[in-house]
Amino acid sequence: MSDFFDPVRWKPAPFLPTSDARDGALTFVIAVLCFLACLTALGVIAADRASRGWTDQLTGEATVVVRPKSNETPDSAAARAAETLAGVPGVQEARAIEAATAEAMIAPWLGDVADLEDLPVPRLVAVVLDPERPASSQAMDRALKSQGLDAMVDDHSAWMEDIQRAAGMTRWIGAAIFLMIAAAAGAVVTFATRAGMAARREVVEVLHLTGAEDAFIARLFQTRFALMAARAGLLGAGAAAIVGAGLRLAGGGAGLTPVLPVAWSDLLAVLPCPLVAAAVAAVAARVTAAALIRELV
Amino acid sequence: MSRNPHAALAQDAETAIVRFDDVSMRYGRAPETLKDLSFSLTPGSFHFLTGPSGAGKSSLLKLIYLAARPSKGLLHLFGQDVSRAPAAERPALRRRIGVVFQELLLLDHLTAFDNAALPLRIAGGRPDEYRQDVAELLTWVGLRSRMHAMPATLAGGEKQRLAIARAVVARPEILLADEPTGNVDHEMAVRILRLFVELNRLGTTIVIATHDQDMVARSGMPVLHIEDGRLVHHGLPRAGD
Repeated sequence: MSDFFDPVRWKPAPFLPTSDARDGALTFVIAVLCFLACLTALGVIAADRASRGWTDQLTGEATVVVRPKSNETPDSAAARAAETLAGVPGVQEARAIEAATAEAMIAPWLGDVADLEDLPVPRLVAVVLDPERPASSQAMDRALKSQGLDAMVDDHSAWMEDIQRAAGMTRWIGAAIFLMIAAAAGAVVTFATRAGMAARREVVEVLHLTGAEDAFIARLFQTRFALMAARAGLLGAGAAAIVGAGLRLAGGGAGLTPVLPVAWSDLLAVLPCPLVAAAVAAVAARVTAAALIRELV
Repeated sequence: MSRNPHAALAQDAETAIVRFDDVSMRYGRAPETLKDLSFSLTPGSFHFLTGPSGAGKSSLLKLIYLAARPSKGLLHLFGQDVSRAPAAERPALRRRIGVVFQELLLLDHLTAFDNAALPLRIAGGRPDEYRQDVAELLTWVGLRSRMHAMPATLAGGEKQRLAIARAVVARPEILLADEPTGNVDHEMAVRILRLFVELNRLGTTIVIATHDQDMVARSGMPVLHIEDGRLVHHGLPRAGD
């Protein structure tokens, strides 16, 4: 077949150059920013899970300190308190902690004391609350008083506020870092797109003066830069997913628990990255193309 | 040469394909590049646009191929006022005008064939529809053997002819050429001029900006002579135009 009739030779080339010397560097920068954004997203998700775990643990439990009255032994007072609390709605389980366990718990503060019999060591009742509808400390307090028990209910609310505040701050800081990195990635994509388009000004000019519609020219650049950003986003997201999987595997069954409990499902969070990068680049390219065309009259 | 060069001198505003009414133009806040131009061109006419460097020849062509807007006055193309035509209407008008740019503006990433076919592709043509026409046109301008060459590998004259092929491929009603013989030897300049005359015979209105006085004198075609942004002569060439 002669050259003249070779269909491959007649296939029209794209209106825009398919590659450019600047594309490699631009792809790399976008990929790195996407990688950082995805890694931050994974960190935020893991930190959120960790903080929720801490608060869930605290809200699911309460401790009751029982002080025996003079006519009752500590063991019987604790047993009675456990029995009373078990009947309160919202309590799943109430268990009197054995004397030996209570003494072991206070040993670090009292040191090696041979005989604790003479000390008025309070007895503890561990209460497991219904996670759906936990009993309030007031309800448990009322029930104990109605049985003539001298007891103090600690539902960890003092701790919980601190933990919840810390967890909330962790989430907000993580989200802020993620947004900043995402915004930086968007800005880089925008500037790179503008630079890329400025370098192709002659192509824009020729297409424009040859009668191409403004929207047609803008669409060419939009597609071109969106595809490049999507490829870069895919690389960055892929690298972040590999790092996330590494963290998950390195931490054993539950990831790097309890600091960063990464779950396999968290890795899905990187999936939108190429789409977001492509969307940002597409918008930037369209806006830049429109501005460039307006300059051409 | 044109069948009736004198017909080009007609000033019938009703039938004019290009009409300038007191048109001025400036770039940004700079002084006016073109001042109070008034003239009209009839369909099928052939004009040389002459004048010293910096007189405003390229600016005048830019107004006609809609790469600039008048700062004052009315500009009519194809019987339509385009001075303030909305941007959305301008691409369709541009497709009726072919331009050979002074800088040629060939796209380096496209082959000679794809460069020549560009206006047809932009107008929505399919390769199987325009392949034969473009190949014939490139044969006509002597580039058949260079169809698949990239512009960077073409000689100066070949680039010039390719730019002309791109300008005429969509059979424009107006053809504008800015110094089309500026970078070619005498023999090539004559060939290019013959090509324009052929196109003019087919009905295309032609305006060629040039410094080549010999070519203008030999052709006997009317001129638009501008100096310092003003139209100083519109008619058959005078000595020194």
